[in-house]
Amino acid sequence: MKVIRILGKSFINACKSLVRNLSLSLASITCTIITLILVSIGLLISYNIREITKNIEKELTVVIFMTKDATSEEVIKTKSDLEKIDNVEKVIFTSKDDVKDRFKNDEKWTSIISTLNEDDNPFQDSFEVVVKNVRDINETVTTIKNMDKIDTVKYGENSVNEIVSIFDTIKTGTIVLVGGLVLVTAFLITNTIKITIFSRRKEIDIMRLVGTSNTVIKLPYLTEGLLIGILGSIIPILFTIFGYTLIYSKFSSMTVSNIIGVITLASPEGIIYIASLFLLMLGALTGMFASGIAVRKYLKV
Amino acid sequence: MIQVLIRVSRRANDLYGIKEILKKYFFLCYNNYYKGGSLMEFIELKDVYKVYKNGVTGLAGVNLKIKKKDFVFIIGHTASGKSTLIKLLYREERPTKGNVSVGGIDVARLRNSKVYKLRRKIGIVFQDYKLLPKLTVYENVAYPLDSYGISSKEIRPKVLAALEQVGLSDKTRSFPHELSGGEQQRVCIARAIANNPKLLLCDEPTGNLDPDTSKEIMDVIEKINKELGTTVVMATHDKDIVNRMKKRVVVIKDGLVDGDYLKGSYKVNESD
Ligand SMILES: Nc1ncnc2c1ncn2[C@@H]1O[C@H](COP(=O)(O)OP(=O)(O)O)[C@@H](O)[C@H]1O
Ligand SMILES: [Mg+2]
Repeated sequence: MKVIRILGKSFINACKSLVRNLSLSLASITCTIITLILVSIGLLISYNIREITKNIEKELTVVIFMTKDATSEEVIKTKSDLEKIDNVEKVIFTSKDDVKDRFKNDEKWTSIISTLNEDDNPFQDSFEVVVKNVRDINETVTTIKNMDKIDTVKYGENSVNEIVSIFDTIKTGTIVLVGGLVLVTAFLITNTIKITIFSRRKEIDIMRLVGTSNTVIKLPYLTEGLLIGILGSIIPILFTIFGYTLIYSKFSSMTVSNIIGVITLASPEGIIYIASLFLLMLGALTGMFASGIAVRKYLKV
Repeated sequence: MIQVLIRVSRRANDLYGIKEILKKYFFLCYNNYYKGGSLMEFIELKDVYKVYKNGVTGLAGVNLKIKKKDFVFIIGHTASGKSTLIKLLYREERPTKGNVSVGGIDVARLRNSKVYKLRRKIGIVFQDYKLLPKLTVYENVAYPLDSYGISSKEIRPKVLAALEQVGLSDKTRSFPHELSGGEQQRVCIARAIANNPKLLLCDEPTGNLDPDTSKEIMDVIEKINKELGTTVVMATHDKDIVNRMKKRVVVIKDGLVDGDYLKGSYKVNESD
C-alpha cells in the first residue's frame, strides 16, 4: 500500500514537472524521438544486411576450371577428389561440350560459335562446388588449387568482401551516429531534470529537513527521466511497426538487381516487434540513466 | 451455587485488573530507567569541534549533556556557534572531532542515507519559516507525514491535533501568505510536532517577530514542552525571553561553553 502510494505520488509529481517545464520536456522528448528513429533505421538496415549476407553466403559457390588438356579420366578423378573434401557440400560438373552447346543455342553467340570447327572447343570443363561453411572457403580453395590439372579457381571473394565491407562501414557509421545521438539525448534529459531539481530546490531542502527518505526524494526525478524516455519511444515504435510494414509491402513486389543477385527486403514479422521492444528499453534506460546522473550530481542526498 | 460462581469470577476479574495495573507500573519504571537517562543522557556532546571547510571554527571543544524533557536555551553573540551546535544535533553538519549522540543515535557517524530516520524523531523550527507557499496550512503540516507514505486517514488526526496545540485550528485552509509572521511560525511548530518528536530544535524562532508575538510563540513552545514532554533546545539572543522563562541557559562564546545555569538568565552582556 505504502509503496503504491509513494510510487503514485512520484508519478503525479513527474507528470506535473513535465508539464511545468513544457518546452524543455518537449525538446528532450523530440531529441529522444529523433535518436530512436535513427536507431530504428539502423536496426532495420542491419537486420536486412544480415539477411542479405545470409542469402549471399547460401548462394556462394566455387567455380573450378580444368586445364584444357585434362582427360576425361582426370576429370572423373578430380570430381571424386573434390567430393572427398570435408567442407564440400555438392559438386556439379559442366563439361566443355555442354558450354559450347549452350552458347550455340544463344542467339547472340550463334554466329561466333558457328565459325568454329566441329572439334574445336575454346571452353574448359568446369565444376561448381557448394561449400558447407563459407568461413572456411579460403582453405578449401587452397586445397583445390593444389590439385592436378586445375587451371583456375574462382569464387566471389572480391565482390563478397566488398559488399560486406560496405555494409560494415554503414553499420559502424550508424553505431557511431546513434551512440553520439544517445549521448546528446542523455545530456538533454539530464539538463531537463536538473532544471526541475533547481526549480524545486526549496521543497527538496524542506523534505530533507523533515525526514523524507532519500528514495522518496529521488523517485519523482527518476520517474520524470523514465517518462521522457518512454514518451520519446512511442513515435519511433509506431514508425518501426507501421512504417516498415508499409515500405515492405510497397517494395516486396519490386526487386533490385545487384552484382550478386537479387536483394529483397526482409519480412517485417522477424524484426519489428523485437526492434520495438529494443527501442522502448533503450528510451527508458537512457531516460533513467540521464536522470540518475542529474540526481546524483544536483541532489546530494 | 450460581452466586458463588459469579462472585469467584468477579474476584478473578479484580485480581486480573490489579495485575494489569502492576504490569503497566513496572513497565513504566523499566522504560524510565532505560530511556530516562540513567544509562545515557538524551543529548550528549563530547569534546565536539567543528571547523568549516573555509577554515572558520564553529565550535572548539564543546561538552554538553541535556536530559529528556528539558528546556534549554543556547545563547551567545552572533557568530558564537549557536547555529552550528543546532546543526550538529540534526546532522546538517558533522563534527570535525568528537561525539554527538541524540536519543541513543550516534549522530556524528550516521550515514547520509540514514539521516532521514533521525530527522523523523526531531522537529525543527527556524527563523525563516520554510513553509511551502503553494500549500495550505493543513497541507504544510501534513506534508512530512505524507512524504513518509502514511495514509491520509492516519495523517488527519495528527495534523488537527498539532494545529490545535498551536492554536491554529481555524486557519487550516489558509495559505502562508495570508497569515501573520507569528501565525506562520506556529504552522512551522505544528509541522515540527505533528509526528510527536522527542526533540524540538529551534534556531532563533522569534528572530523575525515583535516582542508580543514572540511571547505568544514562546508560550506555545513551553506548552509543548510541558504537555507533550518534548525536549526543547533553542538557540536565541532574545534577552527578554530568556530572562522571563527561567529555564536552563547554556552560554556559547567563541565556540566554547562559557556558562551553564539552571534557571538562568541572559548573562552574555554582563560578562562583557
Ligand atoms: N557553512 C559555513 N561555512 C563556513 N563557515 C560557517 C558556516 N556556518 C557558520 N560558519 C561560521 O561559523 C561561525 C559560527 O557560526 P554560527 O554557528 O552560525 O553562529 P551563530 O548562530 O551563533 O550566529 C561563524 O564565524 C560563521 O561565519
Ligand atoms: Mg545563528
